[in-house]
Order: sequence, then C-alpha cells, then structure tokens
Amino acid sequence: MAGPEPSLTRREVYERERRRRGAFIGATSTIAAITAVVVLVPRAPRWEQVKQSFFDVDLLRESFPDLLRAFWLDVQIFAWSLPLIFVLSLLVAIARNSRSPALFPLRALAVVFTDVFRGVPVILTIYLIGFGIPGLIPSRAWSNPLIWGTVALVLSYSAYTSEVFRAGIESVHESQRAAARSLGMSSRQTMRSVVLPQAIRRVIPPLMNSLVSLQKDVALVSLIGPVEVLRRAQNQTSLAANFTPYVGAAIIFLGLTIPCTRIADHLLTRERRRTGATAIS
Amino acid sequence: MSTPIKLALRGITKSFGDTAVLRGIDLEVATGEVITLIGASGSGKSTLLRCSNLLEPIDDGEILLDGFDIAEPGLDPDPLRRRIGMIFQSFNLFPHMSVVDNVAIGPRKVLGVSKDQARESARELLVRLGLESRIDAYPDQMSGGQQQRVAIARSLAMKPEVMLLDEITSALDPELVGEVLDVVRDLKADGMTMLFATHEMNFAREISDRVCFLHQGQILEQGPPEALFSQPSEARTQEFLQRVTDAGRI
Repeated sequence: MAGPEPSLTRREVYERERRRRGAFIGATSTIAAITAVVVLVPRAPRWEQVKQSFFDVDLLRESFPDLLRAFWLDVQIFAWSLPLIFVLSLLVAIARNSRSPALFPLRALAVVFTDVFRGVPVILTIYLIGFGIPGLIPSRAWSNPLIWGTVALVLSYSAYTSEVFRAGIESVHESQRAAARSLGMSSRQTMRSVVLPQAIRRVIPPLMNSLVSLQKDVALVSLIGPVEVLRRAQNQTSLAANFTPYVGAAIIFLGLTIPCTRIADHLLTRERRRTGATAIS
Repeated sequence: MSTPIKLALRGITKSFGDTAVLRGIDLEVATGEVITLIGASGSGKSTLLRCSNLLEPIDDGEILLDGFDIAEPGLDPDPLRRRIGMIFQSFNLFPHMSVVDNVAIGPRKVLGVSKDQARESARELLVRLGLESRIDAYPDQMSGGQQQRVAIARSLAMKPEVMLLDEITSALDPELVGEVLDVVRDLKADGMTMLFATHEMNFAREISDRVCFLHQGQILEQGPPEALFSQPSEARTQEFLQRVTDAGRI
C-alpha cells in the first residue's frame, strides 16, 4: 500500500510535505523570474542598441586579456593596502581604548584621525592626498600617484576598520581583564594575550565585509592617474566607442568579490552557530 | 608564639559615586587562616575582595601584605597582585585558550617561565585537581564545576600566598557545588590563607577559622563559626541568619 512509511511520525510527514511545497514554490518562481527577464528585456524598444554597445562579444574577447593585465595593478594596490590597514587600524583602536592619562595626546589624535577620514568621501581623500602631498615634496621619486593613492586608501579604510576593532575590544567583558590582572599580568600583557585575541576573532565577519569593499574601491585610485583596470577599460571604451570593456571590468571584479562575499557569509553563519543563536524563519 | 599576620586591612573605605560601599573595614588574616565573609548582597563582600588585590582602588586605608602596604599610592600593583590569587563567581576563564594554556598563561607571561615548562607544571596541577581528561578541552566545552576548578588551578599556578574567593559556587548548579568545595577543603589542608565570600553557610561553618558578618560596608560581628552561627550577638546578624535559614540554605 502506498502512503507514508510507518516509521515516520505525523510531524515528520508534515515537515516533509512542507519542504516539498517550499521547493516547488522556489523552483516555479525562479523559472518565472528568469523567463520574464529573457522575454521582456529583448522587447525593450532600444535593446538592440544597448546590446551593441554593452555586450559586444567580439570586443569583450579582444579587450579581456588587456583588462586582466591591468587588473594586476589593482591586486598589487590591494595587497599593499591590506596589511597596512590592518596594522594602522588596530593601533588606532588600541590608542582609543587606552586609559592612561599620559596617552591623552595619542587618544585625542586617534579620535581626530577617525573623525576626519571617516567624514571625508574616499574619492576626495584620494584627490587631496594624491595631488596635495606630491605638491609638497619636490622630489620626483616621491611624486608617484600610485603611492599616494594607496596611502589615501589606507587612511580612509583604517578610520573605518579601527571602529570595527574598537567595537571588538569593547565587547570583551571587563571580567576577562579582571581575571588577567589578578594573575599579575600588566595592562599591556592583558591586551595582547587576553583581549585582542578574543576581539579580533569576533570581528572577522565584519572585517571580511570591509575587505570586499576595499577590493572594489582600489579602482578609485585610477582617478589620479595609475592605469589599472577601470582606467584601462575607460581608454578602450573611448577607442572602440563602445561600453563593452566596462562590462569586462565589472566581470573581473565580480570574479574576485563574489567568492569573498560567500566566504564572509560562511564565516558569519559559522559564528552564529557557534554562539548558539538559531535563525527564525 | 602566634602565627604571623599575612594580610591586614586597616580602615578601608571605598565609595562608588555617592554610595559608600566599604565604611572602615579592619581585618587581619593570619598565615594559614581561613576567614569567610557572609552578609546580604550589597553588603560589600565582593568589593572588599576586589579591593584587597587592588582590582578596585581604595579611597582610604592600608592593605598590608606581610606588613608592607601594597595600597601605597604610586606603587606598581602588578608584581604585588601576583602574590594574591583570586577566584571569581563567573570563573572568567579565557575562552580562546585550552585548559592547559589557561593555567600556563600566568607563569609564562608574568614569571617568564618557558612555554613547555609552564605547560608541564599546569598539567601536573590539573591532574592533582582531577582534570587530567580535560587538559586539551576549551572552557565552553566544560561544566561549571570543571571550569571553576580550572580557574582555581590557574590561580594556584602563580603560587599565591593568599587566595580571595568571591562567591565561587554561586553560579553553579547545586550538584556541582560539592566538587569545587572539595578543592577548597584541600587548599585549607595544605595551609592556604584564604578570604572567602560565600552564601554556603554550612560550608562556612565547616571550613572557617573565623566568620565575619558584613552589613552596609562594615564588619558588624566576627568570631569562630560555632559561636557566630549559634549565638550571634547582633540583632542584624540574627536577622540575616534567620532569613537564610527560612530560605532553606542552612
């Protein structure tokens, strides 16, 4: 006789039925959405022209290797900025959390730093530092916009990231410090061995988030000269009088940012599971 | 010859804002003596312990460790604090370290003992406390009773001369209280000097050389446990003990 196996409880049968219905609704709505895009977009009155100027497959194939080469510069800027941001923002966060009156100037400096660089748009910081500092220093060796663009990026991002670290440090309960100090550890040892390891672990998911946006914002450095992927795409676009290279650049960025976003999500869920909170549907 | 005084508190006062929490505490703890502090919540027991190892700065008074005032303004508290162990109500183990590293971290960072040697001593200490099977576990994987025993091991690793125990069984399930109190019994047998804030009246009666009743930041009455529990002379003490008895805690 057909029907539910006898080993299943009523609840299990109900859950299974519910899962099945969920899968069906999900599949149907996905197919409907894709069909809508495929059918409706080409019917837009100017679709042919848009397709011509944004999705020229031949041009894409032709420009892609060149874009990829230019992207190497983005990767380099990113690789340089990342450790610098990590160190600088951690130092700023520690300075802001310091309690000794002797460190007041440092604390004040840290506050001013975060206020200023968080308050100014990244692009403006890149312009101001990228054009301003080389103007101050006559030496040609130090007038490379690549250096100052990277510096501007590092300063901007450090201001944001330091706040993330600060929140992490403050989230470590006071009793942890009390326990460490009661063993005779100094405040510096307590910070290094007890507070920071816990703080950094807790802020890894939000840090991954900033990492993803840093990957994209590297392209902003192109505004003051360096020919990285966005600049290269711009050049090719004007040469070919076609926007397809922009799409190529976007594809390259997505190739890097999507995996990173997935990893960040994965870390977040794992953290949530570890701390025991269940998602409510 | 009387035993030397290990820890002496003289005229300790402490306020948080407008609230006076300690209002002139005088207490002498002889070497090897176990003193329990009893009293209602907010009577100042915890604050007194936290002040005794300088986790809270005092407003006035002296804290003499072997006759030397460790509360002297301007003194670096770190080298003094290591001579005084403290156990907390909520264990406060370091969650990012394994049990053996929790115990080894003090000697490693503060006394400069090598990692291997500190771990070796930590291991011995944990075996002695019956925790050999949990040496590589992490705090979150253990019961409260086990965590508190690790916390005691962590403190003992620094070879403290005095231990301050701040309601160390209050966060435990009733069936886990015993294993922690057994450790305290062993410590007493080893001659450890202890200052112990607790709500476990039966245990206080069993283990103390002296019991102090704190009320509104002052030691209202003190004496040997038998006398204080059976014939308290102060009305407040009687009232407190009556309330505890009514709650079924004696």
